[in-house]
Amino acid sequence: MLKVTNLHAEVDGKEILKGLSLEVPAGEVHAIMGPNGAGKSTLSYVLTGRDGYEVTGGTATLDGEDLLALAPDVRAARGVFLSFQYPLEIPGVPALTFIRTALNAQRRARGEAEITAPAFLKLAREKAQALKIDFDMLKRALNVGFSGGEKKRMEILQMAMLSPRFLILDETDSGLDIDALRIVSDGVNALRGPDRAMLVITHYQRLLDYIKPDRVHVLAGGRIVASGGPELAHELEANGYERYEQAA
Amino acid sequence: MAAVTQTVEQVAGLEKYKHGFVTDIEQDFAPKGLNADIVRFISAKKNEPEWMLAWRLDAFERWLAMDEPDWAKVNFPKIDYQDSYYYAAPKEKVGINSLDEVDPDILETYKKLGIPLREQEVLAGVIGSPRYAVDAVFDSVSVVTTFKKELAQVGVIFCSMSEAIREHPELVRKYLGTVVPVSDNYFACLNAAVFSDGSFVYVPPGVRCPMELSTYFRINAENSGQFERTLIIADKGAYVSYLEGCTAPMRDENQLHAAVVELITLDDAEIKYSTVQNWYPGDPETGKGGIYNFVTKRADCRGDRSKVSWTQVETGSAITWKYPSCVLRGEGSSGEFYSIAITNGRQQADTGTKMIHLGANTRSRIIAKGISAGRSSNTYRGLVSAHPKAKGARNFTQCDSLLIGKQCAAHTVPYIEARNGQAKFEHEATTTRLSEDQLFYVMQRGLSQEEAVQLLVNGFVKDVLQELPMEFAVEAQKLVAISLEGSVG
Repeated sequence: MLKVTNLHAEVDGKEILKGLSLEVPAGEVHAIMGPNGAGKSTLSYVLTGRDGYEVTGGTATLDGEDLLALAPDVRAARGVFLSFQYPLEIPGVPALTFIRTALNAQRRARGEAEITAPAFLKLAREKAQALKIDFDMLKRALNVGFSGGEKKRMEILQMAMLSPRFLILDETDSGLDIDALRIVSDGVNALRGPDRAMLVITHYQRLLDYIKPDRVHVLAGGRIVASGGPELAHELEANGYERYEQAA
Repeated sequence: MAAVTQTVEQVAGLEKYKHGFVTDIEQDFAPKGLNADIVRFISAKKNEPEWMLAWRLDAFERWLAMDEPDWAKVNFPKIDYQDSYYYAAPKEKVGINSLDEVDPDILETYKKLGIPLREQEVLAGVIGSPRYAVDAVFDSVSVVTTFKKELAQVGVIFCSMSEAIREHPELVRKYLGTVVPVSDNYFACLNAAVFSDGSFVYVPPGVRCPMELSTYFRINAENSGQFERTLIIADKGAYVSYLEGCTAPMRDENQLHAAVVELITLDDAEIKYSTVQNWYPGDPETGKGGIYNFVTKRADCRGDRSKVSWTQVETGSAITWKYPSCVLRGEGSSGEFYSIAITNGRQQADTGTKMIHLGANTRSRIIAKGISAGRSSNTYRGLVSAHPKAKGARNFTQCDSLLIGKQCAAHTVPYIEARNGQAKFEHEATTTRLSEDQLFYVMQRGLSQEEAVQLLVNGFVKDVLQELPMEFAVEAQKLVAISLEGSVG
């Protein structure tokens, strides 16, 4: 699925990713952990094509296709989805309208027919219910006046509706209480499958109790400095990142 | 490169004005320049009665003594009023009785603009779509007005101003210039002297006008100004919804459009007036050409409980200078102003409204959305005032500006005057920049950059778009999108 090789990237002329390599096969969930400033969010933005994040070397492919050559919206249509650490407010655009516009844009890009209004509403009701989102909330402008937890749930709802193949969760646990964490994690776990892969970016081990990773990677100083099974997350929780930062 | 820093280059390369063509037809012109003889010429061309000519000449005398105002936040070279034609009309015009007599080139022009002039074309439209009657003004004259007979059956008069002066002098004399007096301001006074055509509407007591009325203004001739004058009267308990649209060819010279619109509502009457203004905005890079849109629009809510609602979508013109206003004279009368003003390229807009509360318990509401892109300047200028007798007057104003790119400007200049202790005015204002964060978020969900800008902008202007008559709201939404095409790199 995703293959990143010796990736270098800079922001405002400062190199943040310094030769990062990573492979996430289909069907697997990989966690990326690391200290502040290690380049975790930069990795998510580089993979999704944000302006201002300049790739200076290396490659990133999705099922063999060069991701870095594609515009952000084309990557989205290919099935790359980023659940934002800080979801944006979109005034005047109801959540339902927003999701339907996005879904249809993606379907058009893939040469598929647009979803019909009844089919869309049915799907939205079903997914909202699973995430315990009041359907009326979907008629309000997306994320405007929503709490931190509501915004995160809205991200997962979008994810469920858009049905991406490669999912990046950036600090999805931040700002969530324990109940919300469970609901969100259930939503994410429901999307696990043999045709999908996930990259879960987090500071803390806590989220990984709910979304169990197949592999854990430590990102420090712009590179993956250690990889291991789920036990690595527990080790990090106990001993911190210090020795990895020194290694970097 | 960051997305919004490419704005200027992108805007410069665009050819986005879609109504910029010229119709090649034979036209009658008045000699170039402006003097009392030109005023007489215009009046004679229109077979006007003596009283109308006297009114015009009086206006012209007063105009000569006035100075062009300079307080608006717009910059332009001094206008040479002698270097323009004040009358341009398609030949063989007089006495047209049916559409078949209208110059086919003109019909073709309106067809290209998407304005159906043949009633059967309107009727042949989508089943169930509301019909609307059109008055088509081509340069200085009204070429045709549709659905007149059907409207006449319920007593509604909808015709060109020239026709109204000839056929309904009693109504014209009673109301003309009573809302915008002859010497109200420099441009209104010029209009009073040389106004060419425009629409006249009278809705009799208790009648709800059975269809949308609309006027479509087209400036075609070179070096000519358009000075239309529109007068709408809703008698007691009457209702009418009216829409005007405007376009012009792309020309390197600036052209002056100095219109006057007067609305009058008597007791319990209501007028809804919508404008979709898309005059040629000039070259986005050099700022060359484009229409100077200096317009005076005012409503007099004369009757108790009467209501006027202005909705405007302003996307065109090199310079826009207009303040559709309401004089809330009748007790319990109300005024509304919903505005979307978009400037791109080198456009300048200074627009807003005045809500003058004279009567007790009068209410007003202002929702103004300004969007600036490119190297444009967009100013909201508004006045809300309550006079000593306007006890219990209420106003709510919301004024939002959206900036796209780093070289545009937005200004907000609200004036608020309460001359009694029982008026309640609220004013909210915001200025935001279309953020790269938002754009990226939307694009990450699968929308292209153009689509993302459209979505965000449509969200921003939604409160106003929903005030437009439904069949025009879709058009307006498209227009908003076209106006901002390429505004983000």
